[in-house]
Amino acid sequence: MPMKFPSFRSRRESFPEKMWTRCPSCEEQLFNKQLERSMNVCPSCGHHFRLPAPVRLGQLLDEGSFEERDSGLVSVDVLGFVDQKAYPDRLVAAGLATGLRDAAVWGFGRIDGQPIAILVMDFGFMGGSMGAVVGEKVARAAEGALAAHVPLVIVSASGGARMQEGTLALMQLAKTMAALERLRAAHVPYVSIMSDPTTGGVFASYAAMGDINLAEPNALIGFAGARVGADTIGQELPPGFQRAEFLFRHGFVDRIVPRPDLRRELAQVLRYLVPSWQEASRG
Amino acid sequence: MVDRILGRGRDGKDARDGRDAREGKDGGDARDAHDEAPASQTPEEAKAAVWNRVQLARNLRRPRILELLAVIADEFVELHGDRLFGDDEAIVAGFARIDGHRVAVIGQQKGADTEENVRRSFGMPHPEGYRKAMRIMELAERSGLPVVTFVDVPGAHPGPESEERGIAEAIARSVGLMTRLRTPIVTVITGEGGSGGALAIAVGDVVLALENAVYSVISPEGCASILWRTRDEAPTAALAMKMTAADQQALGVVDQVIEEPADGAHTDHEETGRRIKVAILRELDRLAAIPVDLLVEQRYRRYRSLGAYTELTGPAPTPTVPPRGGLADRLRGLIEAGQRAMPAPLQVGRRDEPPAREDV
Repeated sequence: MPMKFPSFRSRRESFPEKMWTRCPSCEEQLFNKQLERSMNVCPSCGHHFRLPAPVRLGQLLDEGSFEERDSGLVSVDVLGFVDQKAYPDRLVAAGLATGLRDAAVWGFGRIDGQPIAILVMDFGFMGGSMGAVVGEKVARAAEGALAAHVPLVIVSASGGARMQEGTLALMQLAKTMAALERLRAAHVPYVSIMSDPTTGGVFASYAAMGDINLAEPNALIGFAGARVGADTIGQELPPGFQRAEFLFRHGFVDRIVPRPDLRRELAQVLRYLVPSWQEASRG
Repeated sequence: MVDRILGRGRDGKDARDGRDAREGKDGGDARDAHDEAPASQTPEEAKAAVWNRVQLARNLRRPRILELLAVIADEFVELHGDRLFGDDEAIVAGFARIDGHRVAVIGQQKGADTEENVRRSFGMPHPEGYRKAMRIMELAERSGLPVVTFVDVPGAHPGPESEERGIAEAIARSVGLMTRLRTPIVTVITGEGGSGGALAIAVGDVVLALENAVYSVISPEGCASILWRTRDEAPTAALAMKMTAADQQALGVVDQVIEEPADGAHTDHEETGRRIKVAILRELDRLAAIPVDLLVEQRYRRYRSLGAYTELTGPAPTPTVPPRGGLADRLRGLIEAGQRAMPAPLQVGRRDEPPAREDV
């Protein structure tokens, strides 16, 4: 579910220009240039900072290969949802903070020369929450991959379904799964990459369902909020609960991949998943 | 220009006409959502009315799948176990005969007392419950049986053992299976439609709902604690999420609302069951007439089209880096410099704090 919505201010503080950033894990002060060189991974403790979608795309894809699709999609406030702020105002603020129109970006690109369809989520846009636009983009990415016969890669970073769109946000679970089932039936491969955090309805739909599931180290991945779980059940939570390593131990993640290795490992598994007829048709 | 898709299950008018025609036939058991909402309601009254429905949906004596089958079905054979881990009594599944129709039935079952609630984990299914449901759905597909699901769940079980065994994977897989199952699916929301735990068995060709049933992406308490920072605002959240059956029909998530007996379903299980039975039989007959390829395609389109967005054309999206150098930026720079100068700098990088999360 959506969580704390990062404000305009807090996002700017995370990566201010010509300044440093404090690692929230080891409290080390890091120069931003240095952080950028290390792919936004803390050089002293290995903490993986959350990535804006354009930065993630830049890290994974061959330079200049990304062609964005459906960049114009924007959410509509069907419910007239107002909590402490009206939903349309939240959308505008999130747009200003991220330069995006919603919490996902999709398009075609190449990784190590291999063409793929890729969708990347951005936690900075309303907690990466999934409403109609995210659901629609996931479905279109799956349909696009199917039409072009190229593998689909999705990098998740989300608190879950977007409360402000009510059950229509919940219905995106069905929308995205319906499209992915067609992809699977057509034997087009799908790789899911879970980054911090991947929770709620996004985890309970496309993020959990990759042919291959990769996760970044120590990423928070879970269905129910730990707090909710503890409240409802009145149980102590095991250490490391809902971290990538917990999921790995219980068999829901194929590999935990540190960010500097992600591009290489993704290209590596894709080479096994792309059927030979496709190689031939490209050659 | 603007490409707008509103949350309409089908191609709007046809489905609506069909629905009206069907309503005419069965003598007013079902009614249109819009009859009800009185025009002149203060926000406080509206909030109280919605909250009253939430309470009715959660009423302890409300009929669940077993109570309803006792009225609806001539015969019921319960089947147990997911063949992988165990049998989850929060989900009841099996075969039933309804007025000569052989069907597979699946539904959540809350307990009537504490002892039963412990056994059924308060109607909150674990992964094995959804895996049992999937097993029965696949069996129904192979046997050519339609599937009828009864939804009444606060949410999937949120505990550590549920996560360990993959509750998210089970829900995702079940939702995916239902989108492609080659047999008709009729879903009835009878009580609480609690988020992913409900949707996992609610991806029907047609979705019916009892008048006082509710359906939401998150519990009103959960929504309130995140957006209003207090659970006390749950009625406000319930109103904002438009979670009543009538509102859900207006959004296109629910196709048809089934009227309850005067004082609510819990006061008269017989009559409630009878009305649900009429609606289920009508839908089973209608869906049976549709060739299965078309049926699955229509179901795909129903869920593919839910959700509202527009498409902006014209200039590229706003720049990734907002323009700098305004007064606000300069002030912020000064403040940040001040913070740096302090011996214990204020915590920055808040977006990396563990988020407050909720079940979906």
